[in-house]
Amino acid sequence: MATRNRQTDGITRRTALTTLSAAAALTLTPDLVSGQETPPADTTKRWGRLPNTLGARAPTENPRRLPIPTSSRTPLQDLHGTITPSDLHYERHHGGVAVVDPATYRLTVHGMVDRPLIFTLQDLKRFPAVTRTCFLECAGNYNGQREELTPQEICGLTSQSEWTGVMLSTVFNEVGAQPRARWFLAEGQDAAVMTRSIPLKDAIGEAMLAYAQNGEALRPEQGYPLRLLLPGWEGNASVKWLRRIELADQPFMTREETSKYTDPLADGTAREFSLVIDARSVITSPSYPQTIQKGFLELRGIAWSGRGVIRRVDISTDGGRTWKPATLQQPVLPKAVTCFRYAWEWDGRPTEIVSRAVDETGYVQPEMSAIQRARGRRTRYHLNPVTGWTIDAAGRVRFALQRVRV
Amino acid sequence: MTRLLIVVGAIFTIGLAAAAQSPPKPLDAARDKRYGIGTPATPEQIAALDIDVRPDGAGLPAGSGTAGDGAPVYAQKCAACHGANGEGGTADVLVGAEPKNFAPFGPEYERWKGARPDVPFTIGNYWPYATTLFDYVRRAMPATAPGSLTADETYALVAWLLAKNEIIGENDSMNRETLPRVRMPARSRFVPDNRRGGAEVK
Repeated sequence: MATRNRQTDGITRRTALTTLSAAAALTLTPDLVSGQETPPADTTKRWGRLPNTLGARAPTENPRRLPIPTSSRTPLQDLHGTITPSDLHYERHHGGVAVVDPATYRLTVHGMVDRPLIFTLQDLKRFPAVTRTCFLECAGNYNGQREELTPQEICGLTSQSEWTGVMLSTVFNEVGAQPRARWFLAEGQDAAVMTRSIPLKDAIGEAMLAYAQNGEALRPEQGYPLRLLLPGWEGNASVKWLRRIELADQPFMTREETSKYTDPLADGTAREFSLVIDARSVITSPSYPQTIQKGFLELRGIAWSGRGVIRRVDISTDGGRTWKPATLQQPVLPKAVTCFRYAWEWDGRPTEIVSRAVDETGYVQPEMSAIQRARGRRTRYHLNPVTGWTIDAAGRVRFALQRVRV
Repeated sequence: MTRLLIVVGAIFTIGLAAAAQSPPKPLDAARDKRYGIGTPATPEQIAALDIDVRPDGAGLPAGSGTAGDGAPVYAQKCAACHGANGEGGTADVLVGAEPKNFAPFGPEYERWKGARPDVPFTIGNYWPYATTLFDYVRRAMPATAPGSLTADETYALVAWLLAKNEIIGENDSMNRETLPRVRMPARSRFVPDNRRGGAEVK
């Protein structure tokens, strides 16, 4: 093995030297290897850098997550299309990012199974694989206290990736899940040893054990080397750095599914295991802190639902008095981000632009007032209110605070 | 021939659309037999990881502790973040017995609250299971040294927290028999998710 590595290295070095000699015959500058930081006066008069091992963003593009100690938010206003670049995927950890050695990594599956088994990462990659695009969203993804808020600040705890892994059903078949098993505990190996109880029947059709994201291994902050993935459900349930799954006939009632992530309701009861993310949308352009000009403008945004496909996104450019459907960008995938667009001529008069998602169940993204009527004043999670942007006479765009004030 | 191609094309397109609507299926999806992947897990290997505690008490270890035993442990290992009396600080508020007979939300609460400031959600007024305290404290606390507490220390801290929230007495000992029998005030307030999509906002 060591010999082969030396040979491979030798070939790589030789290839590199040949390439460099060819380039040297033209003009060998440091730019050819490391790339240029500033554009030359005329790009047609100077060679750019040679191919290298790892790409980077254009130095003029600097999208950034917005971190606090427990989470970081995706810059929705800086993105195009439906896939979140992996290094901009939102984070929510309860014990920091675990650093896991893939060589010693093990997943133990036990409890109400015929054959408790331990899997290495290589074992899991041997099973038939699947690839699927879906969004993840934190159950606490809402912030709306003032007018000077970007989409990232309002609802940046949502992101989308193409995930690859093994279906959980494949692994459950391997261990021989017993018919009496109704729930399973998913446990991470971070410092929080994060645990959630998952209702087996509701999850098993789509649950995956994901080891890859957007074509490469999971990012450390997304649970490297393996995470549970529950499409359409609140992100906390898709336990990262997954080390153990225990099948049982009842839920375990962990902290995160009792004292947290539950929904107080208007009648004094609290909803538990409210796992599905209901439909939501947001206009990402224009948005705060943009200033717009009179004339043509394409309103752009994203919509998603944990219950299936987005059926329609309604747009209002008069503060909710009249609504027209936006154009949905195909493909419209279930439990995935859908891009919408709407052609608009701004006449220069102050107004409010609003989007409202409708999903395949007929669910209509509610106003904050409707959510609070149903759940009371102290509801904390799963807030997906209709979101608008006010535009003043100068074209300044701000978060429409009065719409969520109740 | 052209018509045939159109028909085939239409079927293919419908096929693609249908495929896009359903969850991905692995090769061999219908296969019942096993692949023979994975290594049997021994009872010892499972026991080394299996730290969860359920509402029925399954998973609780031997050991015990009272609120008195817990007080010095709390002062040393918890107070810095949660406050000297569980009133909160950089980390969550832990103690708060009020409101006593209803949730810290809903119509009864609003009437009781009047012009007072809101009370925080606490172990006393919101946590439905006492076993969750043991499970969580043992697995994840204190944040400076997660998973470092002994079973006795954990029982003692749980007893201290339950006593401070006026759920058990100062001298009640918490152990694998008594803890699952503690009835939490919020136990009956939790209901299953009734959202199913559709027009109604819930």
